Amino acid sequence: MAAGTNGTSRNGAGPRIEVRKTYKLYIGGAFPRSESGRSYVVSAADGTPLANAVRSSRKDLRDAVRAAHGAFPGWSGKTAMNRGQVLYRVAELMEGRRDQFVAEVAAAEGLREARATEVVDRAIDRWVWYAGWADKITQILGSANPVAAPYFNFTIPEPTGIVGIVAPETSSLLGLVSRLAPPLVAGNTVVLLTSETRPLPAITLTEVFATSDVPGGVVNVLTGRKKELVPVLAAHEDVDGLDVWGVPDDLRVEVEQFAADDIKRLSRRPRGMADARFDWLDDRAAERPEWIAAFLEMKTVWHPIGV
Amino acid sequence: MPSMPERTETSVVVSLDHRPNSWGFGDGQAIPWEYAPAPEARDIVTLKERYGLFIAGRSVPATGGGTFTSIDPSTEQPLADVALAADVDVDKAVRAARRAQRRSWGQLSGRERAKYLFRISRILQERSREFAVLESMDSGKPIKESRDVDVPLAANHFWYYAGWADKLDYAFPGRVAKPLGVAAQIIPWNFPLLMLAWKIAPALAAGNTVVLKPASTTPLSALLFADVCVQADLPPGTVNIITGPGEIGMHLATHPDVDKVAFTGSTEIGKKIGRGVAGSDKALTLELGGKAANIVFDDAPLDQAVEGIVNGIYFNQGEVCCAGSRLLVQESIADTLIDKLKDRLSTIRVGDPLDKNTDVGAINSKAQLEKITELVASGVAEGAELYQPACDLPERGYFFRPTLFTNVAQSHRIAREEVFGPVLSVLTFRTPDEAVEKANNTRYGLSAGIWTDKGSRILEMVSRMQAGVVWANTFNKFDPTSPFGGYKESGFGREGGMHGLHAYVRLEDR
Repeated sequence: MAAGTNGTSRNGAGPRIEVRKTYKLYIGGAFPRSESGRSYVVSAADGTPLANAVRSSRKDLRDAVRAAHGAFPGWSGKTAMNRGQVLYRVAELMEGRRDQFVAEVAAAEGLREARATEVVDRAIDRWVWYAGWADKITQILGSANPVAAPYFNFTIPEPTGIVGIVAPETSSLLGLVSRLAPPLVAGNTVVLLTSETRPLPAITLTEVFATSDVPGGVVNVLTGRKKELVPVLAAHEDVDGLDVWGVPDDLRVEVEQFAADDIKRLSRRPRGMADARFDWLDDRAAERPEWIAAFLEMKTVWHPIGV
Repeated sequence: MPSMPERTETSVVVSLDHRPNSWGFGDGQAIPWEYAPAPEARDIVTLKERYGLFIAGRSVPATGGGTFTSIDPSTEQPLADVALAADVDVDKAVRAARRAQRRSWGQLSGRERAKYLFRISRILQERSREFAVLESMDSGKPIKESRDVDVPLAANHFWYYAGWADKLDYAFPGRVAKPLGVAAQIIPWNFPLLMLAWKIAPALAAGNTVVLKPASTTPLSALLFADVCVQADLPPGTVNIITGPGEIGMHLATHPDVDKVAFTGSTEIGKKIGRGVAGSDKALTLELGGKAANIVFDDAPLDQAVEGIVNGIYFNQGEVCCAGSRLLVQESIADTLIDKLKDRLSTIRVGDPLDKNTDVGAINSKAQLEKITELVASGVAEGAELYQPACDLPERGYFFRPTLFTNVAQSHRIAREEVFGPVLSVLTFRTPDEAVEKANNTRYGLSAGIWTDKGSRILEMVSRMQAGVVWANTFNKFDPTSPFGGYKESGFGREGGMHGLHAYVRLEDR
């Protein structure tokens, strides 16, 4: 496991033994372990074992969907400005844990400190960028429609519902934030499967959610084996949309077939783009209102004028 | 298949003694109004004996020479033979579309594309009578509707998107909109020409080329549209039309050289198409079934609501994905409203689609008539109360009486499944919460209707409906500028309006 010491023991007789963190799941605002009692070893990019991460079961996933379902009316019903403020506060708390994120991203992704710092800073800034869309996206995507008859007609976006996210496999924090923030700002609630090999920064992010004002159940985070969990997420009929960015290529057909069975909305990687090749530091590429729109439904309303 | 119960077997059919007159006053005295036939002349349409596929700007027979017959559902008489496309014909059509996308249509500026689309719109206007008559002959819909709704809306759709072709930069600020490439488009039989316009106009405006497959029971207006493309001098291969059964559509949708699939039809087939293109990177939009709730509150303008309910479910024989097939009435006004509705039903004229007085024409096909008949029989069997006005039906052709069920439970098949016919299920509610609960208690989410005089209640109900189109104090209104599409299993993506463009573009960084 990771270097198990820091500083010096209080009695001076050797190094201080570090208090290690148990990485758990985040479901409905609580931090359960898997009901299955299983875990798997997560290693740093250099092969050093870092921690035992929870190997979630299908039951954990169903619990997470239930939590997301319960949280949806409250989250989608917030005023847009309030949702924006709650999400902005996540960035405030990330900033406070900046050093911790830098250390975790550096270990998980094998980055030097300067590069890891750049990645974490960008993740915080990106969160701020997306949070700001909460009370603006309706004005960008909505419309008043000049129909050729005496009717008042307008179109407004509404959140799709519960979105399953298969997070990017390589970019453990910045990639995850870039895919998580858009559906959240739209008012969806989320069940997110972290990177399988680099899950730890995501779990630390859940500690930020727990101490922010994001209501429990709005974001639910699971770690584990994608092969085991992704098809269950894709087939779950209470999941309305699916971000398949981090779905391994060999699972993609099966997963999208499951998603077709109940007409889930899909959000995919750009055509031909490998997960590992996407440049998450490129703001033009990763800051996209379209990613918010992917999990919005357009509602058009008609009313007669004058009768 | 259980047969439709005889009218005389049901206790709810009004006898002539109690029958309201055609003014709908229900005084039971007057003799029903008789209408002289007012048929629209068919001779404006010159039917060919045989229609080919439209590939690369030319009409060509199917490989192997296969054909099938399109019939007039109001007479069961054949109209024309139509080429039965083979898989290789689909491949040819996709190749032609690819070539045009690379070399001709895809090379044009938006300004030039716009002018072609304006031309098409104008030609549709100029030939509107011909299209309306042909559409009614091939589909069974009343001429009143094809003339006043389908054809003008189709022309307007091309007009609207023509203007977008050279303004895409303004539709997607900060991004460059690029065409997706070749679009495979599969459309249903309920609005053959209008669905063609909904599909082709935005695709072409954005610089895509298309291969379109009309429904096998209604191919003729699409094949006449091929003639419009020729008249407009549209570059060959920009629009290709192939005809044949569903398997041909599936072959088209899953074709490896197709970039975009747009399907309108049943949820069942939509799922098959979704499975077919899974993992392929094809862009997909689906416009699927519906089971719309039409909710009437006790303060609604009742006579207006009755017109809206009738328009909501009997428009186009109820063969409308967004039809208001579940009427939710507040309990306190249910009896009054149902009486008014029954009165109004007795004035509906069912019959010859080409008659200008006809309100409800022929059901599109024998198969659809059987499906409607079977579902109506299930409604009776499950305990709902059937009402049909005592109108005469033509002896030949696929006709079905406007039907109303009361005492319907949410669990009944007629309250859950899409009938796609002139069949209304009436349920009641007491509170707005109950109305919302019942309205949203369906896997579909295409449309909804709300009738009340209270503005704040309209807006609350609007925001609580899980539906892509909400009509308040109106129903079944359509416009090219107005986005249309579903929530939940009614599909995804929008057709119409600025949003309809999104389905046909790839956004790149500026």
